[in-house]
Amino acid sequence: MSTQIRLSGSGGQGMLLAGIILSEAAISEEKNAVQTQSYGPEARGGASKSEVIISDDEIAYPKVTVPDVMLALTQEAYEKYAVDMNDNGTLVVDESITLSGNDKCKVISIPIIKSARDDLGRIIVANIVALGALVKASSIVNEEALLAAVLKRVPKGTEELNTKALQTGFMLVANK
Amino acid sequence: MQKNIKLMQGNEACVEGALAAGVTFFAGYPITPSTEIAEILAMRLPKIGGKFIQMEDEIAGMAATIGGSLAGHKSMTATSGPGLSLKQENFGYALMAEIPCVVVDVMRGGPSTGLPTATSQEDVMQARWGTHGDHAVIALAPYSVQDTYYTTIKAFNLAEKYSMPVLVLLDEVIGHMREKIEIPEKIEGIEPRKTPNGDKENYLPYEAAPDKGPILAPFGSGYRYHVTGLAHDFTGFPTTDAKKVKYLKDRLRDKVYKNLDDIVEVEEINTDDIDLLVVAYGSISRSAASAVEEAREAGLKVGLLRLKTIWPFADMYIDKYADKVKAMIVPEQNQGQIVYEVERVVAGRAKVYAENRYDGELMTPQQILDRVKEVYTNA
Repeated sequence: MSTQIRLSGSGGQGMLLAGIILSEAAISEEKNAVQTQSYGPEARGGASKSEVIISDDEIAYPKVTVPDVMLALTQEAYEKYAVDMNDNGTLVVDESITLSGNDKCKVISIPIIKSARDDLGRIIVANIVALGALVKASSIVNEEALLAAVLKRVPKGTEELNTKALQTGFMLVANK
Repeated sequence: MQKNIKLMQGNEACVEGALAAGVTFFAGYPITPSTEIAEILAMRLPKIGGKFIQMEDEIAGMAATIGGSLAGHKSMTATSGPGLSLKQENFGYALMAEIPCVVVDVMRGGPSTGLPTATSQEDVMQARWGTHGDHAVIALAPYSVQDTYYTTIKAFNLAEKYSMPVLVLLDEVIGHMREKIEIPEKIEGIEPRKTPNGDKENYLPYEAAPDKGPILAPFGSGYRYHVTGLAHDFTGFPTTDAKKVKYLKDRLRDKVYKNLDDIVEVEEINTDDIDLLVVAYGSISRSAASAVEEAREAGLKVGLLRLKTIWPFADMYIDKYADKVKAMIVPEQNQGQIVYEVERVVAGRAKVYAENRYDGELMTPQQILDRVKEVYTNA
């Protein structure tokens, strides 16, 4: 079993960190994971993506070709990176994104950025909210393993905020 | 989580390998996609009593790496293609003066500043012939994060053993990719820095058997000698004596080419009973491995020869398969470089095809599989 995951947004939204956390959660479950990214010379802005492959077997080709699970936080990222989705896959998008109407896969539109900004008071945790939503929607890793991986990576003193952010993500999908 | 199993970038694994091999000195100048190597060593080296220095440019970075090594430290520098261009003059000096050190090149798209954040394998010929004059060179190319760890250790060991600079060719995909790595508790077989033990008055630094490197005393250990890029005799002082010059130049070649079994490493995957061989190295060999697996599932007799040592070239392995297969395909992230080495060894005994991608994106298994099927049908 191999799952291809693509996390996309704009540079600076923490897609890379989200990919690392997801990979570490998978490894803690004794699976194989490979994480790659693509980015331009700019440090912030622009469409950015981080890709993860999780598998029970060895992973040879490290890039995602047909995403089974995908996240898009911005319109640009959605338009640029969602085109090659697996028809049976799951796409989680921020509610601010206007859908093309051509997506054949399952699409879950939820207020990720708004929840981070208004309910949690910190837009910076939008990536963790998104990660919670993505895992709830796809079960690619175990929720406890994901929480442990989040807590291992986030700065000291932000554990409570990030735990809340993750739970918010779980809830957004559970209540959908 | 199991002990010592981590998610790590190729560049981080390169640092871990270097530290396991005993690096205590790094001099360089940061450049994407190699910067993490400098960044992490800047944090790690002071903690073990080592030294990190960021120089004014790549030229100085290579020069200081040579200096660090002459002072007795296992030394390294890391860069990308544009930086390797700048290091070439001093790299040649290190080859001639036989200074052990490791030079990492995390390849990106060229020429010039090219594609800083995109992958390539465009420096394999620069690695071979970037510096002027006849010379033998050792260049290794790992294909995974775990392999980067062991390959970096091997690079240091070969550098010490043959007393020469050794190149490690990563590429952007391998350098930046994160995957599972297990760091062993203890590494066996680390080649120590050799030191002379003879009498200091009659020390001949460059006296060495025809297929061996010299034993250069660390500066400050009481042995007085001369180091130069000019052709030199056993004393290290310049000479134009034809016999002595020839001995030196033959030895610089033969210490590599008479030790191929020790230096050249490949992986042979699914190569029993094959009609077609795919020859690949570095990140693209992962695409090739996927393609070969799919081809096998489709009933095609296809195998993969993964080159882990790029230079000296794995002539003996290509030669072994040249009479057995109908064709070889050489996928590369460039417009065709190693394919000419394969053609040279095959010498018409089988058909050799290049398959190339050089737009910054990693070649897909599908591209290789399509070519395999096409060649297989027409073979």
